Amino acid sequence: MCLAIAAKIIELNGENAKADFGGIVRDISLMLMPDLKVGDAVLVHAGFAIQKISVDAAMEIQNLRKEMNMDAEK
Amino acid sequence: MPKNDVELVKYLQKAIAEEAKGLPKMVFMEVCGTHTMAIYKNALQQLLPNNIKLISGPGCPVCVTPMNYIDELVAIGKTGAIITTFGDMLRVPGSRISLQQAAAQGVDVRIVYSPLEALEIAEVYADKAVVFAGIGFETTAPLVAVAIVKAKQKALKNFFVLTAHKTMPSALTTLLRDNKTINGLLCPGHVAVVTGSDYFHFVSKELGLAAVIAGFEAHDIMQSILMLVKQCKAGITKLENQYSRMVTAEGNTKAMSLMNEVFEPSDGLWRGLGNIKNGSLVIRAKFKAYDAKEKFTVFTGSVQEDENCLCGQILKGLARPADCKLFGDMCTPEHPIGACMVSSEGSCAAHYRYGR
Repeated sequence: MCLAIAAKIIELNGENAKADFGGIVRDISLMLMPDLKVGDAVLVHAGFAIQKISVDAAMEIQNLRKEMNMDAEK
Repeated sequence: MPKNDVELVKYLQKAIAEEAKGLPKMVFMEVCGTHTMAIYKNALQQLLPNNIKLISGPGCPVCVTPMNYIDELVAIGKTGAIITTFGDMLRVPGSRISLQQAAAQGVDVRIVYSPLEALEIAEVYADKAVVFAGIGFETTAPLVAVAIVKAKQKALKNFFVLTAHKTMPSALTTLLRDNKTINGLLCPGHVAVVTGSDYFHFVSKELGLAAVIAGFEAHDIMQSILMLVKQCKAGITKLENQYSRMVTAEGNTKAMSLMNEVFEPSDGLWRGLGNIKNGSLVIRAKFKAYDAKEKFTVFTGSVQEDENCLCGQILKGLARPADCKLFGDMCTPEHPIGACMVSSEGSCAAHYRYGR
């Protein structure tokens, strides 16, 4: 039930925006995230943007991958 | 899973095995249906050493919705109202029939992806009552709050919500306060996106459990388990946030304040668990014009669960699906008897599909 999917904002339209879900474009509501810009990556739950995705924090996984590769080289 | 992710999971599997070596048995509970599915689908339990056991708690809102809620929706639909619902409620049986069966009997049942679609239906069918089935935890309740606030702004007279929303802290506290078996909790990532990670401090502070807010990929869950094991090894309990690419300390404050503006906590029934103090959300008096309970008087009577059903024990982490004599025989996803089988995200349904 608490599923949320990542999407990219491609067009703003007042309270709503067009969002790209990896090729599928649909309207989402920005009522819970009013200050988004075109190009922002967001998490969408049941038609609402609920959070902006932090690209810096997403790097944590990249760091884990790096750590993994370094360990493999040892 | 992409190849990189498989490598990552293997790496984490090795790290967990090394960290857990020589430690006593550890039991970790997950309380999100999406975690349940990810754990079963990726067979993560099988990747863990013998001293780590994963169990499912009450993490699927469809599962913990009482049977008579479906009866109420069906009864309201039979008065001629349009019932709007998320798709996962459609096949859940009430004490007599499901919404899908009600639709076959002529009730106007419509699946919506967003509560705002229910609002649009109300605007189009101004001469009919439109009732939205408000199910879900803190992730979903704010969205329904938005729909109610918008209905008020638009002065709609035919939009109503039948709420069965639930909140996590009181249920987890009731369940886990006196627990002696569980060492750590995988906290629900998408609930935390909305509530903020701070909301879950009570898990370590009040319940004394290791706590990690976890994402939903296999490697997210494995990394979270590694973090829980490290806490157990060090003999500490604190809240950590593995899902930091999505979850901030304060969450979506706008969503939380809207939820609190429209709803207030109330005692209420959780299927399989019984009455939980302050574990449900009801619509505040200020918005009662949109409360289906005010508009429709339906009497559905109380509903008895099957006495052989172990769901209550399973939701508390005290039994496993396979321990139940109804499981897989009398109780299947096509003919569910208990709470954990009614939704695809329930632990019995996940075990039926992936675990046998």
